[in-house]
Amino acid sequence: MPDPATAFSVGPNGRRTPSLVRRPSRRSRFEAAIRATLFAAAAVSIATTLAIVFSLLNETIAFFRDVPIGDYLFGTKWSPQFQGEQQSFGVLPLIWGTFYLTGIGLLVAIPVGILSGIYLAEFAPTRVRKIVKPVLELLAGVPTIVFGYFALTFFTPEVLRNLLGLGVGQFNALSAGIILGVLVIPTIATLVEDSMSAVPQSLREGSAGLGANKVQTAIRVVFPAALSGVVAALVLGASRAVGETVIILIAGGQTANLSLNPTESYQSMAAFIAATARGDVPTGSIEYETIFVVGMTLFLITLLLNIVSIRLVRKYRQVYE
Amino acid sequence: MTGAQIAERAARRAVIPQASGADRAFATFFRVLMYTAVGISMLALVTLLYDVARDGLPKVSWDFLTSFPSRIIPENSGIESAIWGTLWLMAVCAAIVVPLGIATAIYLEEYADRTKWWNRLVEVNIQNLAAVPSVVYGILGLAFIVRGPLDLGRVVLAGGITLALLVLPVVIIVAREAIRAVPPSIREGSLALGATQWQTIWKQVLPGSIAGIMTGIILALSRAIGETAPLIVIGAAVNPRFNPDGLGSAFTALPIQIFAWTTDKDREFVELAAAAILVMMVVLLLMNSFAIFLRNRYEQKW
Repeated sequence: MPDPATAFSVGPNGRRTPSLVRRPSRRSRFEAAIRATLFAAAAVSIATTLAIVFSLLNETIAFFRDVPIGDYLFGTKWSPQFQGEQQSFGVLPLIWGTFYLTGIGLLVAIPVGILSGIYLAEFAPTRVRKIVKPVLELLAGVPTIVFGYFALTFFTPEVLRNLLGLGVGQFNALSAGIILGVLVIPTIATLVEDSMSAVPQSLREGSAGLGANKVQTAIRVVFPAALSGVVAALVLGASRAVGETVIILIAGGQTANLSLNPTESYQSMAAFIAATARGDVPTGSIEYETIFVVGMTLFLITLLLNIVSIRLVRKYRQVYE
Repeated sequence: MTGAQIAERAARRAVIPQASGADRAFATFFRVLMYTAVGISMLALVTLLYDVARDGLPKVSWDFLTSFPSRIIPENSGIESAIWGTLWLMAVCAAIVVPLGIATAIYLEEYADRTKWWNRLVEVNIQNLAAVPSVVYGILGLAFIVRGPLDLGRVVLAGGITLALLVLPVVIIVAREAIRAVPPSIREGSLALGATQWQTIWKQVLPGSIAGIMTGIILALSRAIGETAPLIVIGAAVNPRFNPDGLGSAFTALPIQIFAWTTDKDREFVELAAAAILVMMVVLLLMNSFAIFLRNRYEQKW
């Protein structure tokens, strides 16, 4: 370490005055090198995004050289596996399948997730919390392949067919969608709880002081105050469901379907990608290119949902912090 | 009338808010709804575990753990190659994620000037990457790592890199929180004693946050273990009768083996899937317990 007393600078009058500014030493060069290394590590995440966009864009452009973009975006028949006249690249059935399954999932996950979140934030005694929180964490940690197994081998045959007596196929939207919803419950419940816990205590006290009971306070005061966080939770949950692959691949089947019947088999964008890309698709074939163009579509849709939810989260943080 | 009497009469007539019968009935109804909601999550978890245990438990044995998968005979089938494949993938994944994740988190928390646009870009970018569907990482792996610029082929290294990129945002986000939890006074004290910024980070900030960072890494790895979609897309081997012998070897993994067996037409193979799920869930449970243990044992209270 250089002794500050011996570090001098020469002033305009030729006098040597002790300098308060250290000269760049070996030590500060080391510090700069560390900083540069750390920045390089941070830049890897940028490189990842660029690599994703580059991978997707390359083949997407190649795809649109063969197929007009209008036929892709507005076509109602998806059959890339066929040849000649039968072959068709209309993506609408895949987009519909994705949102149809997500919709069924959210029908389950929104009420269950929000009610669980409200309960955890406003009502749960410590004893109950100590059980419910780990259950949600465990549920969130179960790999999606396990949910897929559960949907195919238990939920479809034993619950939907035997218990409820529904005439569903082996692969159907109802089973895949509901289990998709179970997957999303912990995401929504946890985020709803967080955003409601961020509401200041004074609002609850004010409400109680006006004679509201706990339920009224929770529903009419705390919940509206946390609304942007709740909406962000729902958007993030939807984004997870839209991107989920394996449950739909296993239990939803692989039929590009544009109908409204939940007992039929549907295919989503993510499930199509996994079903088609098994590592041995020849590079440059139109089949290979469909993986990327559908991937690009999925990437853009989830990106949009994420941006919306990040905006909303920022909004509710700003109000009270 | 005295003042006290006036006050008393006024108090008697005052509108003291009272919940009506309807309000109370609704409160009860709403509570029942909430209990039902919480009950549904619990029921789902219990049924799921019960289903997997019922199907899989009779099939788990030492032979199951130490045999290669068979395409024909379920009784001789096992998950040895899947276990080794998963271990190799996790080793590669950890070797990439640990230095990169911690370095990025340190940069963002200790160095980055948030008024600069590129630092904000890195932050927003990581938030977005965390929510990119895993199948899209599979596409990245297929087009950029297995083929394309890196051209590694369908090998352990390619699978490990793909999974590492997938869970990197999780590690960064958790590590940042752990670093942020170290109070500024610790840094100020260290700097005041003449330590440089890096010495402060290395000797004070990192030791103070390492428990939280380790927790994040374990959670990220336990997510990577169960990831199926990206490995399907990059083309992990199905039913290989060999263990990977290096970074350039073909591989399978537990979720891939489970996927292959679940989608098999033969019911006996489907039961093997349940047995493999049990093994995977036990590993995950051990990892999560270890993470909780680390958090409780080593977490600093400031």
